[in-house]
Amino acid sequence: MTKPTLAELAKNLDTGHVSSVELSSALLDKIDSLDGDIGAFLRVDRANIERYAKESDERRAAGKTLSTWDGIPIAIKDNIAVKNQHCSCASKILESFISPYNATVVERLKNAGMIPFGRVNMDEFAMGSSCENSGFNPTRNPRSLDRVPGGSSGGAAAAVAAEMAPAALGSDTGGSIRQPAAFCGVVGVKPTYGRISRFGLVAFASSLDQIGPLTNNVEDSAVLLDIISGHDPKDSTSLKNSATSCANALEDLPSDLKGIRIGIPKEYFEMEGLDADVGASIQDAIDAFKRLGAEMVDVSLPHARYAVAAYYVIATAEASANLARFDGVRYGLRAANPEDIMDVYLRSRGEGFGEEVKRRILLGTFVLSSGYHDAYYLRAQKARTLFRQDFDTAFERCDIMLSPTSPTVAFKLGDRTDDPLKMYLADVFTIAVNLTGGCALSLPTPTPGADGLPVGLQLMAPPMQDEALLRIAGTFEMATNA
Amino acid sequence: MGNNDHGGRFDVDKIAELARIALPDELKHRLYSDMERIVGYVDMLAELDVSDVEPTSHAVRLSNVLRDDIATAPFPREQMLANAPATVDGELVKVPAVIEQ
Repeated sequence: MTKPTLAELAKNLDTGHVSSVELSSALLDKIDSLDGDIGAFLRVDRANIERYAKESDERRAAGKTLSTWDGIPIAIKDNIAVKNQHCSCASKILESFISPYNATVVERLKNAGMIPFGRVNMDEFAMGSSCENSGFNPTRNPRSLDRVPGGSSGGAAAAVAAEMAPAALGSDTGGSIRQPAAFCGVVGVKPTYGRISRFGLVAFASSLDQIGPLTNNVEDSAVLLDIISGHDPKDSTSLKNSATSCANALEDLPSDLKGIRIGIPKEYFEMEGLDADVGASIQDAIDAFKRLGAEMVDVSLPHARYAVAAYYVIATAEASANLARFDGVRYGLRAANPEDIMDVYLRSRGEGFGEEVKRRILLGTFVLSSGYHDAYYLRAQKARTLFRQDFDTAFERCDIMLSPTSPTVAFKLGDRTDDPLKMYLADVFTIAVNLTGGCALSLPTPTPGADGLPVGLQLMAPPMQDEALLRIAGTFEMATNA
Repeated sequence: MGNNDHGGRFDVDKIAELARIALPDELKHRLYSDMERIVGYVDMLAELDVSDVEPTSHAVRLSNVLRDDIATAPFPREQMLANAPATVDGELVKVPAVIEQ
């Protein structure tokens, strides 16, 4: 019943129980049979995957494997560059774009012998919480096909949940790894800002974006973090001491959590819109932590209710600047028969961007425009300082903080597409971590929510405490799965 | 379809022009009303007392990050131009005339 871990896959490859070619083709067959209904993959280059798998098997036969993980396929979100593959960000404006180079994270996967496995769907330019903003097709939640998988890394979460890929890389700007992980019942990690290179990740909001893993369990996330993390001179925001040692942190897990202080931010539990079933599942998880001997500490994040507002000012401002590069000149879609250069800009962007991307670029342009900059953008940046102070103060009294990942379980397709503000408000628990630069993960609660749908438990830690965060999550996972 | 037409606080025509996005009228109306609601929500930031607060522009506080001044191999021109929508003989990016004669 339980899905194989990456370590088990690696062992099966090592003992010759299965070859990389066999592993890949079994997954490709699964995509053929399941993904017509789910729609997690935008593109799967079968010939390329089979070639890489064959090369891995040849390395292994010659005793020259590149790492323990040689030959294991990893699905890649469509905003992370893989050389000579499409990288469209699920946008019409980049529909025909082919990456001339590898993202640093992809380079690191390949150095370990791992195989980039298809391009997984997302909300266009990572703007959305349901995958319904994909410029090509929505993805459906494998746990319930009439529901969304979450977003923006919805394709990544769905691919892992449906066992069409052993693991995936996504990106998280305001919850885009954690929320789809919650909706699909998998584990998703937003690492500390600066530990994973953003080189080759198409920028949405550069001060918030971070690449991270979506996996079946905490241990697999640790494996991927250790592979993809580390300083990169190509990313000026990359930290010097950024390499993680998460797998080490998961060795010799304790059987209890005595001495661990877990902060419960009261404002998060007083928020309007927290569904009762989600609240009950989270309460069960809190009780499980208590049984493991963890100490629950009431903490306060006094400015929590302003986080969504500040986020949608800062993220859209940065997006309006970052997405200025898509101008129909050097790459991407260019409108047909332009009258002049201004017409190239106006119509290429008008035709190439979807509605949500336009909405956010306009909002970002407005908050940066003359006369409004101080009232919106500068004020939001000052609010960001307040959030950081809130988090610093709260973490003086606890090791990690706990909350729901999302106030609801996966909602139905079409339920929120008419109301962008309602869609934004659902990010309330996840965005503060991006604004403050720390790390967080989502893992499924032991008790599911309404209709047996997964509920995500979010655990948050201060910057650079990724190892401690995963150790606590791994201990909890092991104890509650037993 | 500006300020007065909507009776709101911003001129969506001007913002769309600054953002370089052509918008059909029907979409312009819809995006305008969405933005009115979103900006109305964002206005809660005005409640915060930020008089003595420094802004945070980034998640990590790094400055003056420079690489070593060593030339590295550039990308081949043909590889970079492969994604261009139009080129002159595969050597230059082609655009409509920018400077009038």
